[in-house]
Amino acid sequence: MGGGENGAVTTAPSELESPEADEAVEAELPWVTIVWNDPVNLMDYVTYVFQTYFGYSKAKAEKLMWQVHKDGKSAVSNGSREAMERDVEAMHSYGLWATCEKS
Amino acid sequence: MTRFRRRKQAVIVSFQPHEAEILAGMLRNLVELLYDGMPPRPQPPGDDPLAGLQDLEGFDGPTAPPEDAVLQRLLPDAYSGDDSAAAEFRRFTERGLRDGKAGDAKLVLDAIEDREAVAEGIEISPDDQLAWLRAINDLRLALGTRLGVEQDDYEVWEKLSEDDPRRITYDLYDWLGYLQSALLHNIH
Repeated sequence: MGGGENGAVTTAPSELESPEADEAVEAELPWVTIVWNDPVNLMDYVTYVFQTYFGYSKAKAEKLMWQVHKDGKSAVSNGSREAMERDVEAMHSYGLWATCEKS
Repeated sequence: MTRFRRRKQAVIVSFQPHEAEILAGMLRNLVELLYDGMPPRPQPPGDDPLAGLQDLEGFDGPTAPPEDAVLQRLLPDAYSGDDSAAAEFRRFTERGLRDGKAGDAKLVLDAIEDREAVAEGIEISPDDQLAWLRAINDLRLALGTRLGVEQDDYEVWEKLSEDDPRRITYDLYDWLGYLQSALLHNIH
């Protein structure tokens, strides 16, 4: 993700590593939307997209953004294949690089 | 220097006239690129209730990725390692994505081509803020792709000499980043 002077996000990564509670639910939802890191998109824009499109809290959106940035990708949503294709299409409309995958 | 301020839920952005012209030029190029080889679908005339059905028949879009590197970045494959799924997704979504991106760009273009509005400060209503953010982001993706920007390499670009031909493109890329950040900051 684009860093530089515009990309600063002040929350430290260590504050964002609380485990997700809904792993059992995820197992029943076979498809995921993966967002991949890219060098252009600014961190605060990516966070804004996750908050705006998925309705995630700022904390969850930032956690996912940091996963994308540090791990190179993050599964940002899960569900049916049709639902994930809708999410991927939306991510492309925002300029995020996203793919569908079977989880 | 572009300035931002808030008025209730709206964001007011004050461009210098030359800044508005530069932004307009980049947006026109983007719209042209999005429709390159793929003109917008003709709008059905009138309020024909069957127009929607005809549109379904004409739903077919391209199945192969675009050749241009910027378009490849703006319209990436939705499946990695599954070419037929990626082609099928593209067939049903690519035209709509191109129209959406061009629509965002045109909304911003309409605003900044209004010289009086530019002089007074352009009011970006809450309904329009997303289109501005997305259009600016698509411009950043376009310039970043043309330049070959890589992860955390801004120091390389900052050190380009004044007479390097990439300098002006990088300065625009950097300015767009400032615009997007400032807009986001004023929306939150």
